[in-house]
Amino acid sequence: MKHMTEEELIGYKEGVAAQRAVIAQHLADCEECRAELERIEAVLAALDTLSVPSPGDDYGRHVWQQIAPRLPERPARWWQERFAPKRLGTLAAVVALLVVAFLVGRITKHDRSGNDVATKEQIRERVLVVAVGDHLSRSEMFLVEISNAQPNPSSGKLVNISAEQRRAEDLLEENQLYRQTALQEGDRVMASTLDELERFLLDIANSPDEITPAQLERIRQKIKARGILFKVRVVGKELQERQKATTPAPAQNDSTRIERNKA
Amino acid sequence: MIRMQPSVENTQAIADSDAVAVERTLAGDRDAFRVLVERHSHNVFRLAYRMTRNRPDAEEIVQEAFLRAYQKLGKFEARANFGTWVYRIAANYAIDRMRQRKKEEARKVEPAIHDEAAENDPVSLVHDAAPTPERLAHNIELRKQMETALATLSHSERTAFVMRHWEGCAIEEIAQVLKSSSGAAKNTVFRAVQKLRLALQPFVGRGTQARAMGTES
Repeated sequence: MKHMTEEELIGYKEGVAAQRAVIAQHLADCEECRAELERIEAVLAALDTLSVPSPGDDYGRHVWQQIAPRLPERPARWWQERFAPKRLGTLAAVVALLVVAFLVGRITKHDRSGNDVATKEQIRERVLVVAVGDHLSRSEMFLVEISNAQPNPSSGKLVNISAEQRRAEDLLEENQLYRQTALQEGDRVMASTLDELERFLLDIANSPDEITPAQLERIRQKIKARGILFKVRVVGKELQERQKATTPAPAQNDSTRIERNKA
Repeated sequence: MIRMQPSVENTQAIADSDAVAVERTLAGDRDAFRVLVERHSHNVFRLAYRMTRNRPDAEEIVQEAFLRAYQKLGKFEARANFGTWVYRIAANYAIDRMRQRKKEEARKVEPAIHDEAAENDPVSLVHDAAPTPERLAHNIELRKQMETALATLSHSERTAFVMRHWEGCAIEEIAQVLKSSSGAAKNTVFRAVQKLRLALQPFVGRGTQARAMGTES
């Protein structure tokens, strides 16, 4: 009889298992899995004994007294929120990126007729391709560094990966954004690769600050077994091709351009 | 799961009443927001305490969550549930607070001890009228181990575990807080339980033996 995995049993206990009825049926027939589930339940039951102190019956009133003097006269309407200085800062950064991309396009890429070929769609595509390409390139470098780490397993010394965790957290934020964009754009290959990368980055970000050489080895094996590095490289390469495709070949050299500008 | 589940009618009545209070607050009646604060403070405190295991931090999170909710109230969708919404704001802020706390503690030589549970009477863990010394010692040890095990979870894992196991939140709700896909959120819940199990099973097993020793006399 094929037994349930720990993941399936935890999923069942926490009510997030995909095939709940199948697991329930198996548990009814399998004493071993029932015993395993009981062990999981015992740990969770012990955790349930951790109490939460009562903040007191008039806690709500206390919170109100604390925050009332700090509340503005009226909550912001959605448009005030949207145009808050912080958001405007982000918006300005995005606009600046688009302007830079556009200007770079104007300065460096002209077609034979001398007209700018960078339509809005192309600029958008180019910015996205450059941004995701850059993200994948940094992710690839990160994966390579982790893959090439050589801790001494016999030393038993813990390896501090807090710096790697910070990098993983940074990459994670961008990755989530690009994965959602890829999903919206219907680019399933890109979305799937970014999803795999995200799981790996989450693993690193969620690891303890210090891990054993054996744990690091497991992470390296995971990169290898799932072929994450290979997939990131393939998609990165494909993006480079797309970048070339969205970038018209320069038809004139600088002197020609200067001549044309003079004219 | 320990989250208190009010009846469907009650939940609907609270949501309707919340919607009215939100509308009145947006119209300029600041006291209407007070109703929302007083109604939801306990739930938000429970979540914040479970995430941080630290009362001052939990209280700060509750205040900050309601301040942020007030500031963002214009963006709140009328059809949504205010309780769930403020809960999500609190969870997000709790993650930020835990990150900040971790950085602060990393700078200190001695790790900060904010083990409020340890201040509680360990006898409260024991339900028998006359705990044996073995049981008492075991419960003190188990409580210490549980606090340590929870502290070793990453912020995402602790958030996912607290929200799912103790608060009974939907996976989609957890995914929104973690800014991840539902699959990744589910995976985070699994990883959290797996880590807790690895850390605590030996002690829980010993507890069974201690229980036998404590009750057979």
